[in-house]
Amino acid sequence: MNETILSGVLLDDNTELSLNDLCHACAQQAEWVIELVEEGVLEPIGEDSGQWRFTAINLQRARTAMRLQRDLGINLPGIALVLDLMEEIETLRVYSGRPNT
Amino acid sequence: MEFKDYYEVMGIKRDASQEEVKRAYRKLARKFHPDVSREADAEARFKELGEAYEVLRDPEKRAAYDQLGTSWKTGQDFDPPPGWDEGFEFSGGGFTDDATAYSDFFSSLFGRDFRPAGGRRAHAGFDARGEDHHARVLIDLEDAYRGATRSITLRTPEIDSQGHVYTRERTLNVKIPKGVRQGQRIRLSGQGSPGMGKAQAGDLYLEIAFKPHPLFRVEGRDVYLDLPVTPWEAALGATVNVPTPAGTVDLKIPPGTRSGRKLRLKGRGIPAGSPGDLYVIPQITVPAADSDKAKALYRKMEQELAYNPRSKLGV
Repeated sequence: MNETILSGVLLDDNTELSLNDLCHACAQQAEWVIELVEEGVLEPIGEDSGQWRFTAINLQRARTAMRLQRDLGINLPGIALVLDLMEEIETLRVYSGRPNT
Repeated sequence: MEFKDYYEVMGIKRDASQEEVKRAYRKLARKFHPDVSREADAEARFKELGEAYEVLRDPEKRAAYDQLGTSWKTGQDFDPPPGWDEGFEFSGGGFTDDATAYSDFFSSLFGRDFRPAGGRRAHAGFDARGEDHHARVLIDLEDAYRGATRSITLRTPEIDSQGHVYTRERTLNVKIPKGVRQGQRIRLSGQGSPGMGKAQAGDLYLEIAFKPHPLFRVEGRDVYLDLPVTPWEAALGATVNVPTPAGTVDLKIPPGTRSGRKLRLKGRGIPAGSPGDLYVIPQITVPAADSDKAKALYRKMEQELAYNPRSKLGV
């Protein structure tokens, strides 16, 4: 067993990912990410897609979008709606005191 | 190895049409998809469903599976009869590339004769950088307060020089930095799949997930605690001991505190650049009237306090 301790980079609110990072992490083409941006699912910083930077929360949303599309066959407007509703449910769950159940 | 009844998993009859198979899959997939489902065993159920669908949606695999016969029951000890697939011509898609993701039962039937790397697995871009991998690491809330080292074991399907797939296990010791939150990721550069030729390896993304905690709830960087208090602590005010993930602290309960009111301990949530807060939510609990003395005290309160908690309800 390898005893070395690896230290990675924590992707927090200050970390920015490039369009290429995001494509690679989701094994998708740039067009797919651009569509998610157009749908409002992902919110990049910067005007031109060549300069786009994504905060880490976008990676989480993109990965979920990828799974919903692959496993449930949901189209992009549907995914955008599902993600918004899931966020709302999560907030309600915390306020009702029953998270993670 | 245990037999798996894929029809039972999908809740359909053996003579279901391909259209019915698809409908059943979509319906159950929505119910058990780990991203949306709250069922306790969603992940396992979804995996099982995916495996069943992988077989039943493919007419070739389904026909081969069907001729194992109807006498098998789920969980029964099973070995594929020799030559069970004789006479079945699996065209291109017959076998499944990443059968290691499925059960032993599935792999023994459909997981042989892998095609070499490339084909479907080649990823979208034109570069030959290795694929990124994703895994989830479960930590305790306390680890987010202190930082920790976690040892994680990853099982990755790899293809040897003969084109056979085998599962490689590797264990990584990873530092979990202080201040991580649920859903955040740690990126380990170069720990994904090796690149082709001279290209660089992919990255490994570790998603942080907290184990459910018996006392605390977490939202983002804020932490919530339900704190039982007595009626006299709530009414008169008191200083009480309160557990936090970083140790016990004293908390002042102001006089006249109601149940459900949020008392904030600033900066006692998950530590980070701007740390979260710890919210203590008092829950007033009443002692049982289980002795003559206790009953007498309650009766005395009834007589002397003249308190109607329902006055606002108009009754």
